[in-house]
Amino acid sequence: MIAVKDNSAMKKNAGRQAVVSARGIKMHFGAVKALDGADLTIYAGECIGLVGHNGAGKSTIVNVINGGLSPHEGTVAYDGSDKVHGINAARAHGIRCVFQELSLAPNLTVVENMRVVHHGLSGWSWRRRAAEIVRAKLDEIFAGHRIDVMRTVGELSIAERQMVEIAITFSTVSERPKLVILDEPTSSLDAGLAAQLMAYVRSFVQAGGAVMLISHILGEILSTASRILVMKDGRVVADRAAQDFSVNSLVQAMGSVVKEQDRKRRNEKRAATAPILALPSRGGKGLSFEVRKGEVVGLAGLAGHGQTEMLLDLHRSLSGNWLPGRQNNIAFVAGDRSLNGTFPLWSILNNLSIASLGDLSKMSLVNRQREEGLGADWKGRIEIRTPTMANGILSLSGGNQQKVLFARALATTSPIVLMDDPMRGVDIGTKQEVYRILNDEASAGRTFIWYSTEMDEICLCDRAYVFRDGAIVAELVGDDITEENVLAASFEGEGA
Amino acid sequence: MIRPSSSTLRLLIPALSLAVLLVAVFYLQPRAMSYVGLNLLFNLAVPIALATIAQMMIMSVSDLDLSMGTFVSFTACVAATYLQSAPLLGILILVAAIAVYAVMGVIIYVRDLPSIVVTLGMSFVWGGFAVLLLPAPGGTAPDWIRWLMTSKPPLVPIAIVASVVIALISHLIVMRSSFGVLIRGVGGNQRSLERAGWSVVALRAAAYGLAGLFAVLSGIALVGLTTSADANIALRYTLLSIAGVILGGGEFIGGRVSPIGAVVGALTLTLAGSFLSFLRISPDWQIGAQGAILIIVLALRLLLNRVEKREKQS
Repeated sequence: MIAVKDNSAMKKNAGRQAVVSARGIKMHFGAVKALDGADLTIYAGECIGLVGHNGAGKSTIVNVINGGLSPHEGTVAYDGSDKVHGINAARAHGIRCVFQELSLAPNLTVVENMRVVHHGLSGWSWRRRAAEIVRAKLDEIFAGHRIDVMRTVGELSIAERQMVEIAITFSTVSERPKLVILDEPTSSLDAGLAAQLMAYVRSFVQAGGAVMLISHILGEILSTASRILVMKDGRVVADRAAQDFSVNSLVQAMGSVVKEQDRKRRNEKRAATAPILALPSRGGKGLSFEVRKGEVVGLAGLAGHGQTEMLLDLHRSLSGNWLPGRQNNIAFVAGDRSLNGTFPLWSILNNLSIASLGDLSKMSLVNRQREEGLGADWKGRIEIRTPTMANGILSLSGGNQQKVLFARALATTSPIVLMDDPMRGVDIGTKQEVYRILNDEASAGRTFIWYSTEMDEICLCDRAYVFRDGAIVAELVGDDITEENVLAASFEGEGA
Repeated sequence: MIRPSSSTLRLLIPALSLAVLLVAVFYLQPRAMSYVGLNLLFNLAVPIALATIAQMMIMSVSDLDLSMGTFVSFTACVAATYLQSAPLLGILILVAAIAVYAVMGVIIYVRDLPSIVVTLGMSFVWGGFAVLLLPAPGGTAPDWIRWLMTSKPPLVPIAIVASVVIALISHLIVMRSSFGVLIRGVGGNQRSLERAGWSVVALRAAAYGLAGLFAVLSGIALVGLTTSADANIALRYTLLSIAGVILGGGEFIGGRVSPIGAVVGALTLTLAGSFLSFLRISPDWQIGAQGAILIIVLALRLLLNRVEKREKQS
């Protein structure tokens, strides 16, 4: 009797073998701590939901688990052994990943993409085998899909590509997938397809597989996951069974408990003045957008939900399509410094003055003295840490480069400044300095439209619009701008 | 209704332009419609087709090779000197040249250098070697390649047979084999290959090495036709090969290439030259006229792409 019991207990333990366990993972990119001692264990036969706001470390932990990143501290163990790490080790232990941005080769056919992902497809008739496997899997997950697996991926719609990627990931060629990580898998699927996928995830888990589901649709997480992990500031702050959570308690767990506010309230009578810039609601959905002189308006919500597009639309609405407008009425601070911010070969001074050369020149010739005066002025005002402004821009640290980009926008005479999440990867000291400058400039009557993925920055704004799925879903004013309210609006409860 | 796949559509334009040019040439010069005539029209296309395939290998990983012309000249010089007098040493040199190509692919990837700059630099190196080998035009083609390039198979001239064989073999390697799938995958989405655990360095090295191999074959074939070599014999091949790939439906980036299209493109470019001669356009104007033909064909393709895109959206 006892022996039998022992046996069954052992069986249960074996069944609870961790597919992956990550212990005390620390990861930093420059000054930014992406993971700060995250612990996470996934067992066979469960679906865990992973939620958290932008920058909580979700994508980083996914990349650590699938071997794409090596943690600076901590260990990752597959099937209980932490000897090996790396992409191929993770794959050998049956860990697969569907990424948020589509990661198929668009120039290859569906079948050829199968070949890229599944090393086991070799021999003469691999095309036929691959076609059979992926077709069967597509039929199993998305019944009635009507995807021709011989077509190149570039010819498929975004939703179809996502379906193909999911089917390829779940396919078994030589080894069965043990853990499938789904990073926002339903973001490009409609409600029907999303429901089909969630049903498949449940049956996959029932059959003994493990799934890690990352989604901003909390209803999906609550109904599909058996356990939910909440991440915040690079750590797992809550780890409980799914039935212990509700939409409200999840939102609460994602937010911070206490928060000090040092925002200076500006007077409220501004509401009476007419807006200087307005846009109708985007695509006929959601609220319309407007901004008044001297306001700091925040664009909040999860990353990539239409904030950048809104900024580009605003910029377009105020500048010509082909020729620059005669009056400089709008300035843009880019978020991705290296991609569309700095001129890497130029000096700091040239990088700073490029936007205001029109004001500095006479008869199309730049007045050197005035340019240097401008440089010296801003060097002091925002404390660019450099011996001379003639040094190359790349000699500066990332934060100081960002300050130069701010100065570039502020040095112009434009009354409106658009900011596209400019504080990404900037250390806290620089941020405080920039906040101070912003405050001063706004009081002087300049208008700022600020897309930020960081909650404290949104809380500095006078007004905030929350974006979801490309549309504005909420407008928060003054004291209503709290982390909780923003989170509640960006993670809408049920449905897509 | 069955929609033709996009790769079929891509092949349509080069095939059509070749057919139109061919009909025009036959109309102008009915005597070209013979065994000897066809061979004369197309025999110079064989080395160009090989160089085009080489260029296509590079373009399939989204790079560009500006040293193709001087490299083919260099291999032609090797073929006309060492390969003829000391075959073993000649083969060794050519194998080493292919290895240099593979190393070039590795360096370009590992150091994240623009392929255009590296290959432009290498073009001077190859050009220098070629001049060292043959300061003045000369050398002799090895007998076997001379025999191969001038052989007369029944019914179909050797130029056509060779083109078909080149197209089929490269199609097999690039479009059908799983190795080709992986190489095109590097051009299409390098990250997805990395995530699937493939070594991108090895794949790029292989693509460059294969390009080197085809370029070497191009140089040998060229010497087989001309019987002797010269350090500047194939300088035009750099741009001809790029034009051939594009004409054949390939694209500069994104790993979209078509080997059959590339060979057809090379044939079209060769034929365009003959067509202009038959029109009695003076050689001074021929290069310009060739450019005009190229622009027309490419404009047609852009038009087709746009139609395709519009259909997709609707």
